[in-house]
Amino acid sequence: MSPREQWLSFCTLLRKEVVRFCRIWPQTMFPPVISISLYFIILGELIGSRIGLISGFHYQEYIAPGLIMMAVINSAYGNVASSFFGAKFQNHIEEMLVSSMPTWIILAGYLGGGVIRAVMTAIIVTGVAMFFTDLQIYHPGIIIGVVLSSAVMFSAAGLINGIFANKFDDISIIPTFLLTPLTYLGGVFFSIDMLHEPWHSIALANPILYIINSMRYGMLGVSDFAAVWTFLIIGVFLVIFLGLTLWLMERGTGLRT
Amino acid sequence: MSRSVVCASDPSLPLSSPHAAANAPTKALEINGLYKVYSGGLKALQGINMEVLDGGFRALLGPNGAGKSTTIGIMTSLVRKSAGRVRIYGIDIDHEHSRAKSLIGVAPQEINFSQFETSWEIVGNQAGFYGLPRDRARRNAERCLRAVGLWERRRVRSRKLSGGMKRRLLIARAMVHEPRMLILDEPTAGVDVELRRSLWELLRRVNAQGITILLTTHNLEEAENLCSHATIIDQGRIIEDTSMKQLLARRQMEIFILDLQHPLEHPPRLPDFQSELLDPHTLRVSVKRSRGVNPLFEVLSERGIRVSSMRNQANRLEELFLSLLGGNHQHADVPQHAGAPPTPAA
Ligand SMILES: Nc1ncnc2c1ncn2[C@@H]1O[C@H](COP(=O)(O)OP(=O)(O)OP(=O)(O)O)[C@@H](O)[C@H]1O
Ligand SMILES: [Mg+2]
Repeated sequence: MSPREQWLSFCTLLRKEVVRFCRIWPQTMFPPVISISLYFIILGELIGSRIGLISGFHYQEYIAPGLIMMAVINSAYGNVASSFFGAKFQNHIEEMLVSSMPTWIILAGYLGGGVIRAVMTAIIVTGVAMFFTDLQIYHPGIIIGVVLSSAVMFSAAGLINGIFANKFDDISIIPTFLLTPLTYLGGVFFSIDMLHEPWHSIALANPILYIINSMRYGMLGVSDFAAVWTFLIIGVFLVIFLGLTLWLMERGTGLRT
Repeated sequence: MSRSVVCASDPSLPLSSPHAAANAPTKALEINGLYKVYSGGLKALQGINMEVLDGGFRALLGPNGAGKSTTIGIMTSLVRKSAGRVRIYGIDIDHEHSRAKSLIGVAPQEINFSQFETSWEIVGNQAGFYGLPRDRARRNAERCLRAVGLWERRRVRSRKLSGGMKRRLLIARAMVHEPRMLILDEPTAGVDVELRRSLWELLRRVNAQGITILLTTHNLEEAENLCSHATIIDQGRIIEDTSMKQLLARRQMEIFILDLQHPLEHPPRLPDFQSELLDPHTLRVSVKRSRGVNPLFEVLSERGIRVSSMRNQANRLEELFLSLLGGNHQHADVPQHAGAPPTPAA
């Protein structure tokens, strides 16, 4: 395939992915709006008003970056895991496998779909957050960098899940038992300094902690860590996840008999 | 919606002319020593060798589980081969995988498109996956959907199409990127008689444009009508690979169905002919091809049996096919006979 043909096949898959999640928008775009609104109402308005300031910010402001990142992570992961598994389950992944498009374009198309959905979700939930609190932009470059790089990272993680999944349950196990706990423990609602040992040390092993803190730095200018750590950690995970997905797909794991 | 899948007014199909390339290799498909052992140890292919010439129309026949779809799966990269070599227009699928795949279009045995997409999306996206520019993809998608009679239904979600329409959609999708070879795995299973005939017309027309076709079917009448060559595969081995003419010439017996003017109560005794009274008005007679039919009519008129009409048993290949398979198979393994209800589209 010439580079132009590769580009056209990538655009086709990307369009197909975007059409897919837009077609089922009540399942894809709506739930993050509901959940972020509930977090703001319950944690922000009701409980937050009794908490006072954290790092000099009202509680609603403090939790907003983490909530936006939570939506980004869940949408990127969920989009790719369910779309890829759905394509495998209905066998229409074969449309791509029999075509002349190279494996890495299939990979790029799915990741692109995950990133677009994550960014659209981020924009929507940011709009909702602005309804509840004044959002600031301290460092736009970091915001964009964190959102995009984590969207790619969690899209790749979702793809690995989709590749290994054999039934629909398999694509909800990781989000339920790993992703959600890690996000809650990743400092969406608190600063790591509030944790006592051993929880403080344990929490430091959670990559989502660094991602959320960097997002908070990009928006509010406060963080428990320097942003460079976040990009380093995301970089390492990206290399591992992308390498693994490419290897699995080239081998045809779960795809070719 | 037009019932015919081939309309005289159809723009020509978007298939590439294979003769355009200078020094085009004459072999569209070469398979050497192909083995497949599935995980679990099942030996699906045990050393297949096969060739299809450019522009050929080849039937790949065999009972259920013979290894036809496995062979096709390997050609289209959905199944990993255990050993052997496959070349498409001289291109080794192990080396230039993407280029080899761009030359073939496949309509698989099992429906494999998204239930939520429309025919238009399915066929258009497929062209896009092969890197066709958007306007050419749309043009081709329109031609292919028109060719299989699905244009009026292009906005309908695929899950709302009937079984036969889904099969036709698979064929349209296989053709959309202008392949030089079409691989059709039971394309007419579940398609009604009238549309099946129209699809035959379409396939003939496609083949006449120079497109090589490899067709698997359990409908031997279809194979006989369409294909110039046949490869018969059984238990992962090729047991016959020859031209349809030569294959048919090997039949020892010709079977005729005679409609009788007057009913018979008992089967007539016709020396030198095997006969069976199917019902009081219908007699089936096997005639040695070397003898011809005149002696049969002499015997019939001696016995005062008047025949109002006579036809070849619908499928001439069938008896031969069964004899080639050598009675190793249980009834369930015997391929579906022409005229019997088609196998479900799975
Ligand atoms: N994914 C698989 N895993 C294990 N065995 C398989 C797999 N697919 C096919 N087989 C086995 O391989 C053999 C050949 O199957 P194949 O599908 O190629 O037959 P076929 O000739 O296409 O049959 P049919 O006419 O029923 O479509 C069968 O015994 C089948 O059970
Ligand atoms: Mg088959």
